[in-house]
Amino acid sequence: MGRSTGIYVIIALLLAVLPFVYDDRIILSLVMQVFIFGIFAMSYDLLLGFTGIVSFGHAMFFGIGAYSVAIVLNQNEATLFYLLLGTLLAVAVAGIVSFIAGVLTLRLQSHFYAMLTLALAGLFMVAAEKMRSLTGGNEGFVLMVPDMFIDTSGPTLYLTCLIVLVVFFFLVRRFTQSPVGKVLMAIRENEQRVESIGFSIMYYKVIASMISGIVASIAGVLYVLSLQFVDTSVFATDVTLDALLMTIIGGVGTLVGPIIGAGIIEFAHHWLSDLADVHWIFKRWIILFGIVYILAVIFFPRGIVGTLQEIWIKRKYKKQQGKEATKDKNEAAS
Amino acid sequence: MMKALLELHDVQTYIDQYHILHDISFEVPKGEVTVLLGRNGAGKTTTLRTIMGLNPAAKGSVQYNSEDITKLSPYKIAKKGIGYVPEDQGIFEGLTVGENMRVAMKKENESTHERMEWVLDLFPDLKTFWKKPGGQLSGGQKQMLAIARAYMNENELLLIDEPSKGLAPIVVEKVMESIQQMKERTTIVLVEQNFLMASRIGDQFYILDDGQTVHQGAMEELQENETLRKKYLGIA
Repeated sequence: MGRSTGIYVIIALLLAVLPFVYDDRIILSLVMQVFIFGIFAMSYDLLLGFTGIVSFGHAMFFGIGAYSVAIVLNQNEATLFYLLLGTLLAVAVAGIVSFIAGVLTLRLQSHFYAMLTLALAGLFMVAAEKMRSLTGGNEGFVLMVPDMFIDTSGPTLYLTCLIVLVVFFFLVRRFTQSPVGKVLMAIRENEQRVESIGFSIMYYKVIASMISGIVASIAGVLYVLSLQFVDTSVFATDVTLDALLMTIIGGVGTLVGPIIGAGIIEFAHHWLSDLADVHWIFKRWIILFGIVYILAVIFFPRGIVGTLQEIWIKRKYKKQQGKEATKDKNEAAS
Repeated sequence: MMKALLELHDVQTYIDQYHILHDISFEVPKGEVTVLLGRNGAGKTTTLRTIMGLNPAAKGSVQYNSEDITKLSPYKIAKKGIGYVPEDQGIFEGLTVGENMRVAMKKENESTHERMEWVLDLFPDLKTFWKKPGGQLSGGQKQMLAIARAYMNENELLLIDEPSKGLAPIVVEKVMESIQQMKERTTIVLVEQNFLMASRIGDQFYILDDGQTVHQGAMEELQENETLRKKYLGIA
């Protein structure tokens, strides 16, 4: 086990113990939201940070996950079987939609993918509004969930979200460290160069689009379980914007950064919202968040994790060069 | 002369509305180093990019191993066994030296491992900076990485664009030495402004001028022909 893996496992174990030693249900719910949005932001990082693809409609996959499970549970019994069936449906639909979006646009410049995903997210939102009998329209609907998840701030759902986050974190990390992952990173750097090495960039970009879409749909599944309610807001551009900001603040292309970014945004949202009582201007928490964002960009231009990684690498090589210089001097002296 | 590995016939290439290559024709014999010479803007880089399919030919044909590759996409051309070291080196700056090498390796087998060892012996600096991001390497190290990377696969033909550009003389010497060694294993098309380097490595030359091949011959001929050097290369 590598050093970083060990640190992640220890943090995960500490988080797993949290609901048994700390009983503030609001904070526990908030931490659970961090897990869910951490998965979602991580899926966005796979696209933006690792492959260089910008999506303006990533919320579509989140919404697909949320609605697939909600509709399956609503139309059938609220059992674990139907929850798994809904999850499989979410994965299948997200996989197909991301494949189609990728095949249609990823051979073109990246803004075509961004615009198509934005359009598709809008299309899904309209469809969810219009198919009232199935989706409850704009108002959405409350759903029954399997008994084990009824307590939305209880340890079962909390631990489920944590386990899913940990499993997907290690799976996605393994993927990014695989040869395919390295090709994706190379595509982000220089598409033409990757092609002239002998890789079909279209093929690799579609793989990234599909994996990212599927992981985002899993976040949507957990989100609907945590709220036991779904409405069309899951397809909103704000959801994509949140993922984008979480990724940028945490560190693009770092995987763990977006999870930290999710934590910062969720907690900032929670605490800064209280300032609305101090002055009416703070009712729009996004104003405060804008300031936090500007400060983060000034002091951590590559995101928090990205900037720290950069400093660490520079120090490491400075030390190495210093050692080599001393060695050369000693050799010259002798 | 040995059988030609690569042949270009009457190639014309446009970049957007600009007509860059007007009439390029040449042959690259197997096992030799063919040098493309010419002043800035003569079309040398575009010729290499046309061979790779990055700026596809509008007219004419590019034949590799007697197969027409004119209309193939770059990745299919690369898969045929053509490696390309671009003028700007094309290093993946966010990837470490090791990752750059592994991406270029495509598949791992005994042969690529043997090549990796050979290349690392040739450029020991790459071993030292194995985990350093490509973007933090010096110009010379980047060039070494670019050449090493192109050599990672069993490419039968290497296209190398101005490997000495912007490098200190001591690094140029190192790069030249490495190409000399690669010459024994691979056919090379070299674009080079540094005539001294080109004349030491090259077996035959083609001079390009205004997007056309205007002269060809054995490298020794050009070394002896001062008039030709002055006319097309501006050097005595």
